[in-house]
Amino acid sequence: MKKFINNISQLSRGILGLAVGLMLAIPASAETLTVYTAVEAEDLKRYAAAFNEDHPDIKIRWVRDSTGIVTAKLLAEKNNPRADIIWGLAATSLMLLQSEGMLQPYAPKGLGKLDSKFRDSANPPSWTGMDAWIAAVCVNTVEAKRYNLPTPTSWMDLTDPVYKGHLVMPNPNSSGTGFLDVSSWLQIFGERGGWQFMDNLHKNIAWYTHSGSKPCKQAARGETPIGISFAFRGAKSKAAGAPLEIVLPKEGVGWDMEATAIMKGTKKLSAAQTLADWSITKKANILYNKGYAVVAYPGVAKPVKYFPAGIQEAMIDNDFEFAAVNRRRILKEWQKRYDAKSEAK
Amino acid sequence: MSSVATLPASTASVRIRISKDDILLRTGLVLLIGLLLLAVVFPLYTLLSKSFEDRDGEFVGLQNFREYFETPALFTSITNSLGVAISVALIVLVLAFVYAYALTRTKMPFRGLFRGIALIPILAPSLLAAISLIYWFGNQGVLKSWLFGASIYGPIGVIMASCFWVFPHALMILITALSTADARLYEAAEALRTPKWRVFWTVTLPGAKYGILSTGFIVFTLVITDFGVPKVIGGRFNVLATDVYKQVVGQQNFEMGAVVSLVLLLPALVAFIADRWVQRKQVAMLSARAVPFQPKSDPLRDRLLFVFCSIIAFIFIAMLAMAAYASFVTFWPYNLSLTLNNYDFDLMDGGGWEAYYNSIRLAIYCAVFGSGLIFLGSYLVEKARGVTWLRTILHLGAMLPLAVPGLVLGIAYIFFFNHPDNPLGFLYGTMGILVICTIVHFYTVSHLTCLTALKQLDPEFEAVSLSLKTPVWRTFRKVSLPVCLPSLLDVASYLFLNAMTTVSAVVFLYSPETMLASVAVLNMDDAGDIAPAAAMALMIVYTSAIFRMFHSLLVRTLNRRTQVWRQK
Repeated sequence: MKKFINNISQLSRGILGLAVGLMLAIPASAETLTVYTAVEAEDLKRYAAAFNEDHPDIKIRWVRDSTGIVTAKLLAEKNNPRADIIWGLAATSLMLLQSEGMLQPYAPKGLGKLDSKFRDSANPPSWTGMDAWIAAVCVNTVEAKRYNLPTPTSWMDLTDPVYKGHLVMPNPNSSGTGFLDVSSWLQIFGERGGWQFMDNLHKNIAWYTHSGSKPCKQAARGETPIGISFAFRGAKSKAAGAPLEIVLPKEGVGWDMEATAIMKGTKKLSAAQTLADWSITKKANILYNKGYAVVAYPGVAKPVKYFPAGIQEAMIDNDFEFAAVNRRRILKEWQKRYDAKSEAK
Repeated sequence: MSSVATLPASTASVRIRISKDDILLRTGLVLLIGLLLLAVVFPLYTLLSKSFEDRDGEFVGLQNFREYFETPALFTSITNSLGVAISVALIVLVLAFVYAYALTRTKMPFRGLFRGIALIPILAPSLLAAISLIYWFGNQGVLKSWLFGASIYGPIGVIMASCFWVFPHALMILITALSTADARLYEAAEALRTPKWRVFWTVTLPGAKYGILSTGFIVFTLVITDFGVPKVIGGRFNVLATDVYKQVVGQQNFEMGAVVSLVLLLPALVAFIADRWVQRKQVAMLSARAVPFQPKSDPLRDRLLFVFCSIIAFIFIAMLAMAAYASFVTFWPYNLSLTLNNYDFDLMDGGGWEAYYNSIRLAIYCAVFGSGLIFLGSYLVEKARGVTWLRTILHLGAMLPLAVPGLVLGIAYIFFFNHPDNPLGFLYGTMGILVICTIVHFYTVSHLTCLTALKQLDPEFEAVSLSLKTPVWRTFRKVSLPVCLPSLLDVASYLFLNAMTTVSAVVFLYSPETMLASVAVLNMDDAGDIAPAAAMALMIVYTSAIFRMFHSLLVRTLNRRTQVWRQK
């Protein structure tokens, strides 16, 4: 009997061990902020480190994914939100969340210093901008020569049949870059012209990628001659030694802002506000400038190496309201038209 | 026990008292059934009910299904999935059969080496093959011209990469099927002067019939439910598995994901039932009087097979070697100087080195807890006295996971564990849920392995210890456990390797703290960082290989100490 009990106690100790093991896997720190973001992974460590220089007591727990996925995740978690704050997500996505009543309006300290384009116009604002990222076309010069491809100068050029099978672009359903491309084409060419353009473009696209940086990285490796991506990625790949030319199509390029917003109902409001305050400081903006040519804090922006010249002029007069309001409809329509990947014959 | 059964019923009711042992065993049975309910049945039920709900959780009947079946892309995905799965099943079946034949029925030299090389893919995530193919045949591939202008991105790439990673799975079943042959049949055929090709068609093939069918079903299921390969190298080629991924991860449209995964469950379920039916047909191929088959040498045949096996082995090594080489290249294809930069995972998307350590942690937890739990379960199924119905329920519960693709299991876990009302919700996003999910995912094969080992033990042991009033746990510890130790270690090793390489279930369940190496491979490829993805995949291969070597050393030492009794 005694041994029987011994045996049971051994068993229960084992179970207890398992339970403790599982519990340990759960992080337990009061001052940890869950931060949702779509910022490039290589920048996240720098951002967190710089923030912790000023606020060592607040730990950042990143949840990073493509813009579309973070947006979809936030929407899916609407009734059971897990994020405390969003730092670095497309403004169009934040406007969508705002319309769902998911954001906590807050005026960070020093708001007045920001360029007025880079904030929600309401007072207090629901979101504040960080920087702008801008569409661009990455052309691999070596591969272009090999396939005898002329360097495109406009979006319309890309519908030329010579590019058939040589173009890669991000899927707007998952990628923020993909979405800003699509929304900019609808603004540039109008609703009907825009879809017409995309129908023609679709015939040339080799495949749609999940992430916005992949087309440019694939172009950099020569896996595809031309990738529709964003300028910052192109500049980075070029700096890494890729034979790239970064083209700004002459009709103008789409762009979106990365922005910060506090989630309504967060249990760590004051920590989230501290982060929001810090996110618009000059120091933070200098950090953003490492990868983004245009930042929210006036006078900070320094030229980024290999960043295409004349990009400020090429940026379209983006109607964020249009993009945010029509986001779901545009994506659904896009999916209906192009998501059936095998070409209709 | 048998004497009890012959007694008149009235005395029997007096004699059969439930002992403490029985209470212990039955409590164990009930507990394990409860665990399987929580970890398999409830999640699957939640998945099913979710497919009938809209985004706000309202019941909408078949509307999701209607919406899904109206998507024009759907039928392309179904035909693509079936086409790829059937092609791979046929190709692998032929290749693996010849390979297994060479290993088991001939005197071809270097059989051990060939066997070892063919098992390499088991050490790697399925994505590795796809990544390596991009370097071989991609637009900047070394051998691009060999495709005559066709693109590797699409069905060609998916089929090639799938053949690579499922090959060892097929090979192992076929080796088992071909190893059990009755030499008397061959002797009779020889005595009758039957031509060799005829012996092959009338003796060898029928003998391996069930193994071949079973291989076909298993390969089919593995391929149709894998999304890593089509995701990396599929290009515009859509399959059902990538549809699920896109719906759930890409658009967070969980209800639609539930619908697609149910559609995906269907072929897997059919294959499972067919396989079970085949297994049942295969009774006692080898009777007690059978004489084990001893292969004779046949220079011409052996030489031809040697060439065949060399080609396959060469391809396997080339796949691994290309990924290994590419992971050291600075900037493919423009700067081929070697570097370690691609191993600097902390600077990239995908979770960094932490993901790698997490994978090792997961693999160890699965190996330790999983093998213990599964062995206990199979012990209870095999050795508990009476309560046949409880044992049958537990056995059925243990068989169920084989029919559920990892992808479906992962989504079911999201629904079940992320439900706001679930008291087990604290597990969501932790290492715990990854451990549970992985153990469940690979439960059935482990269960069957343990069961086979336990069946070798004569039930007399229990009967004797009962009459000697030895508590059951002591017999368990002194007899069952040591005897089954080699099988238990095999199960632990199986769980470890699978936990290192699996993507399908865990990709839906990891959190930033529990990022895994295999998922990191997928994510890095997703971000376009293919060289680091190759590097991480290789870290998995190296780790699995080292573990595997450690395992065989351990087994050898233990066999010397605990299995001496097997030698007559």
